[in-house]
Amino acid sequence: MIIAIVTISLMAGLFGLILGYAAIRFRVEGNPIVDQIDALLPQTQCGQCTFPGCRPYAEAIANGEAPINQCPPGGQATIVALAGLLDTEVLELNAEHGEHLEVPLVAIIDEQTCIGCTLCIQACPVDAILGSAKHMHTVIADECTGCKLCLPPCPVDCIDMLPIPQTIDDWKWTPPRALELHSPELTTDA
Amino acid sequence: MPRLHHFPGGIKLQGHKSESLIQGLQQASLPRQLILPLKQHIGEHNKPLVDVGDRVLKGQMIAAASALICAPVHAPTSGVIAEIENFPVAHPSGQDDTCIVIDVDGKDEAADPVLPDLQQVDADGMIELICRAGIVGLGGAVFPTAPKLSRGKAHGIDTLIINGVECEPYITCDDILMRHCAAEVLRGTGYLQRILRPQRTVIAIEDNKPEAIAKMTAAFAQSGLLDTEIVAIPTIYPSGGEKQLIQILTGKEVPHGQLAFDIGLFCQNVGTCVAITRALEQDQPLISRVVTISGDNIRQPGNWEVRLGTPIRHLIELAEGYLHSDRAHLVMGGPMMGFSLAGDQVPIVKASNNILVMREETIPHSPGYHDECIRCSKCTEVCPASLLPQQLYWHARARAFDRVEEFHLFDCIECGCCSAVCPSAIPLVQYYRAAKSDIRAAQKAQIKSDHARIRFESRERRLLLKKQQEEERRRLKREALQKKKAGSTASTADPVQAALERVKARKQAAQEESP
Repeated sequence: MIIAIVTISLMAGLFGLILGYAAIRFRVEGNPIVDQIDALLPQTQCGQCTFPGCRPYAEAIANGEAPINQCPPGGQATIVALAGLLDTEVLELNAEHGEHLEVPLVAIIDEQTCIGCTLCIQACPVDAILGSAKHMHTVIADECTGCKLCLPPCPVDCIDMLPIPQTIDDWKWTPPRALELHSPELTTDA
Repeated sequence: MPRLHHFPGGIKLQGHKSESLIQGLQQASLPRQLILPLKQHIGEHNKPLVDVGDRVLKGQMIAAASALICAPVHAPTSGVIAEIENFPVAHPSGQDDTCIVIDVDGKDEAADPVLPDLQQVDADGMIELICRAGIVGLGGAVFPTAPKLSRGKAHGIDTLIINGVECEPYITCDDILMRHCAAEVLRGTGYLQRILRPQRTVIAIEDNKPEAIAKMTAAFAQSGLLDTEIVAIPTIYPSGGEKQLIQILTGKEVPHGQLAFDIGLFCQNVGTCVAITRALEQDQPLISRVVTISGDNIRQPGNWEVRLGTPIRHLIELAEGYLHSDRAHLVMGGPMMGFSLAGDQVPIVKASNNILVMREETIPHSPGYHDECIRCSKCTEVCPASLLPQQLYWHARARAFDRVEEFHLFDCIECGCCSAVCPSAIPLVQYYRAAKSDIRAAQKAQIKSDHARIRFESRERRLLLKKQQEEERRRLKREALQKKKAGSTASTADPVQAALERVKARKQAAQEESP
C-alpha cells in the first residue's frame, strides 16, 4: 500500500517536473490560433469588420468576441475557410459590413486634382500611396489592397476606385454545369 | 533497338492524317499584314523594342523581356510597324493581347547574317545563340528552349529524346518536317548532343509514319551521329506527351512534382531541332513554322511553312477556303487538347502546330450542361497519368480544391482521354482546367495578401516606433525643463521678479546719467 502511494507520488512528481520544464523550454510565443486565422483573412486592412485591420479581427475571432462572417473582401470563401479551421458552422456574410465584390478594386488618384495634402497617405494601411506635402500623390497599384480607406479623408475627392482589368494571364476557365435533376430545364419539360 | 515499355491507359484514335499529307510541304505567301503577339511563350511578357513607323528588316528583334526569359519576337519579314495595339490572339479566353502589327513591304529584306564558326562555339555560346533566336518548344508547350537547355545541362543528361511522335489526330506538321527536313532535324539533334552531352539519344517516331521513319533513317546513315537510334513506337494516344514518351522508351516515371531532367532525361520536339539548326547555321531566328491546316470543313488540307503573325484567314485562303459554309469552328491544336479560336483574324504564333477547321454541325453541340456520372470508371482505365478522374471530377465540381490537389490534379496532362471515353459526355478536362485556374488564382491572391500583411505590419511597427520616439522626446524636454527650473530656483526665488528688478536698475541708471 505504502509502496504504491510512494511510487505514484514519485511518478506524479517526476511527470510534473517534466511538464514544468517542457512548458518553459517549448513555450509558444503569442497565440498560434490568431496567426492561423490571420493567414486566412485577405489582408485588405479595410476595417469593414469594425476592427482596425485584419489581425485585430483575427484576435477578436480567437477570443470569441466576433463572428466569422464580418469580412466582405474575403467573402464566402474566407468564411468557409474560417469555419473549417475553427470547426464551427458556416455562416452567411453579414450584409451590414458590406458586399463581397468579385472583381478586386484598385485606387487611382486624379493627379490633376490632387492638392498634396498627405491625408490619404496617412490613411493607407499598407503604405501604397506615394507623395509628400504640396506635391502630387500617386497610388502604387501593385501594393493597393482596394480597402477604400483613402476615400473619406480626401478633401478634394480626387481618388477613384476602379475594378482591376482582367488580363489574359489571370483569365480563368469556367467550369461546365451538370444537368441537375431538379433544374428548371427538366421541370418545365415535364 | 531498346525494349519498349507501356504507359497505363491511353486510347486508339482515328488518325485523319492522310488528308493533309497529300500536298507535301508548301511555302505560304506573305500576307499584307503580320500581327505578332508580344507573348508567344510560357513566362513573362515581352516589351516592344520598336515604335510605330519604324522600318524593320526580316529577322530583326522587335520585342524582348529580361535576359532570363529568352523568348524574344522577331520580324518575320521586312516592313513598317503599323500599330502596337490589342488584337484577338490564340488563347482559350478569346481575349485580346498586345500585338505588333507590321505592314509587309514584300521585299523580304534581311540584315546580313552573322555566321559564327560553330566549331569554336562552346555549349554556353550555343545556348546564348538559341536564346537570341527566340526559340521555344514547338511541340505545343512553347517553353523557352534556352533556359530549358541551361537547366538540363546543369542537371546532367543521361538520355536525350527527340520527339517526333505527334500522336494527336489531324496534326501532321512534324511528320512532314521529318520527311522534308530530315537532315536539319538530325543536325539539330547533333547540336543538342554537343550542348547536353547525353550518353545516348533516341529519336522516337510513331509507327503510323513509315515514310518519315524511312526518310529519317536514310538521313541518319549519312549524319554521323553517335550513340543515337531511331525508334518506331506503337501508335496510341497520348504517346507524344513528354512523360508518356519517357515511360515508353525508358520504363521510368517522372516522379510527382519533378521534371524530366530531374531523372536525367531531356525531351525536345523535332520542330525545335530544325529551328535550332537554322538559328545556329544561318543566323535565322524563329520567324516561321510548319502549320497543318486540316479538318472536315477545309477544301485543301495541307502543311504550310508559315511566317509567324500570318492571320489564319490568309492560311484558309491558301487552302482554298471553307468546304461547306463560312460558319466554321476553328480550333488551334488537335481535337483532343486544342482550344476554340475567337475567329479567323487570329494570327499564327509559335505554338500553332495545327489549325483545325470543322463544320459547326460536327462539333458536339454543347449546351453548357452534361449528364451525370454513372461511375463506370472508364476514365480511370484510360488515364495515362494513373490518376482517378472520377474523384477529381467530384471534388472539382464541389470546388473542394484541397481534395483535388490530394488527388494530384496537377499531374493531369489534360490529354482528354477521360472526356473522350465518358459515356455521359462529361467535359472532365474542362472541370480540371477550371479547378487548376482557380487554384492558381487563389495562390496568387495568397501571395498578394501575404505581401499586404508584411506591409501592414511594418507600417504598424513604424508608427509605434514614431510614437515611442515622440514620447521619449517629450519626456526628455520635460525633464530638461524641470532641471532648469530647479537650477534657477537655487539662485533667485522668482525669475520674473529678478527680471523686473534688472529693468528697474537699468532705468534708474539711465535717469542718473541724464541731467
